Amino acid sequence: MTTPIRRAGVALAALGTAGAVLVGCSSADPLEETPTTAPSGSGESTTLVVGSQDYYSNEIIAELYAQGLEDAGYTIDRQLRIGQREVYLPEIEAGSIDLFPEYTGPLLQVWAEEPEERESDEVYAALTEAAPEGITILDQAPATDQDSYVVTRAFAEEHDLTTVADLANVDVPLTMGANSEAETRPNGPQGLADVYGVEVGFTPIEDGGGPLTVRALQDGDVQLAILYTAQPEIAENDLVVLEDTEGLFLASNVVPVASDRVDEEAQAVVNEISAALTSEELIELNRRSTVDQSPAADIAASWLEEQGLVG
Amino acid sequence: MAPGGGDVNLFAEAIAYLLDPASWTGAGSIGLRILEHLAFSGAVLLVAAAIGVPAGVLIGHTGRGRGLVIALTSGARAIPTLGLLTIFGLLLGIGIEAPFLALVVLALPPVLAGAYAGVESVDRLVIGGARAIGMTERQILTGVELPLASPVLIGGLRSAALQVISTATLAAYISDTGLGRLIFAGLKTRDYGVMLAGSLLVALLALVVELLFQAAQSAASRRAEPISTPRTTGRARASERNP
Repeated sequence: MTTPIRRAGVALAALGTAGAVLVGCSSADPLEETPTTAPSGSGESTTLVVGSQDYYSNEIIAELYAQGLEDAGYTIDRQLRIGQREVYLPEIEAGSIDLFPEYTGPLLQVWAEEPEERESDEVYAALTEAAPEGITILDQAPATDQDSYVVTRAFAEEHDLTTVADLANVDVPLTMGANSEAETRPNGPQGLADVYGVEVGFTPIEDGGGPLTVRALQDGDVQLAILYTAQPEIAENDLVVLEDTEGLFLASNVVPVASDRVDEEAQAVVNEISAALTSEELIELNRRSTVDQSPAADIAASWLEEQGLVG
Repeated sequence: MAPGGGDVNLFAEAIAYLLDPASWTGAGSIGLRILEHLAFSGAVLLVAAAIGVPAGVLIGHTGRGRGLVIALTSGARAIPTLGLLTIFGLLLGIGIEAPFLALVVLALPPVLAGAYAGVESVDRLVIGGARAIGMTERQILTGVELPLASPVLIGGLRSAALQVISTATLAAYISDTGLGRLIFAGLKTRDYGVMLAGSLLVALLALVVELLFQAAQSAASRRAEPISTPRTTGRARASERNP
């Protein structure tokens, strides 16, 4: 009887490979070696832990921070592609991660209950207020990367859709495709029903608005899907982003979240990178990943050079 | 929401989720997920058996294409199912079709290998004897080879069933199907109690099906070797007789 038990174990391990990685990271094990106090001496010898979400675009931004700081003489410990917000945020709050690219709106929704703010500057101001002790919100970048509901051009024209509210006039049953976490988060079917009064079904597609999601839209298996506005897939596949007139989605600028160990010099380095990161630049960075298939580290290195931010 | 920290007893959370009557009602109830999971796995196994058993028996009976089967079955085991699922998904779109095909590919090698090895392992003297008393090839196949091969053949199905049930969780990657939904949803929202509950149910299903197949295999062994005790294989007994 050892065979079935072992098989079941192997199966669990297989289907939860990502899960195991996430659990591993959240148990603080890989981060334990991080010194809790900065080594004596100048900032030159400080090791900073840079983390990123399990999202290719976020990883590129984390690489921008990491390489910019390395250029300034800091030692960087990369803990990239950690996972979803629910996994890494406790680590940032506990001080195990020093620098993390975040997005203003979704982060504010974690730290503030049902925030009223929708505009970029308001959200940023509220976020700096809401940040817990020991966490510094650095300057936000002009680049936004936020959830959006997208439909195909054909579907938009057929039903005369430009805003999310127009979905109420569609006379066919609607199904939303997105990662399964959207089912319980405010950006999913519940939020759509609460804010716009539009009832939709839900189909999980676990590739984060990737090719399978686009394929499902084109096939009509789902009529609307959640994609991030910085995803090159939107322009490449001629998808239409429905305008969010009621403010279901908060403004979501790229913003670095830093611990106290990120000193003023390091903050200045990161702020300079943020200032150069516009939405167009972010889409271009993402395109180099999704279309050119370049690794995040290479994309970051060439971009920093192009922008004159290193060297 | 699950509180942070390592001292949370995930098992208690998982059990609480499983015992909560609310988990068993509504559109995504646990009962429905279990049924979906079993129906999906069963259908995959049926299709894999419909292809793999006749093909394996034929190869075992004729001895032709043996090298092909060995190469095919060992090669196919190295294919990552999630990758295959993504490729099929891009070809066929979302829904259960792509995971279905990917899992049939997963299930075929053990089914094929079991059928082929079972027929192949039947003692050539027995077959020769059957032929000598005037049995037709068809009679040899259905009356001699298949009954004698059935324990190994069922073993192949058993191995396939285990892999399919545990990997059928991937169906939830691009469709609203099966116990994988609990695992993905729990994983992505850090609700590890739900994730563990889903995993436990999958393990439980796999064990139950394993036991059923084990019983079927024992019954087939008793039929194939009526004199021997169920635990002794034909080969071991034969070697006892003829050291």
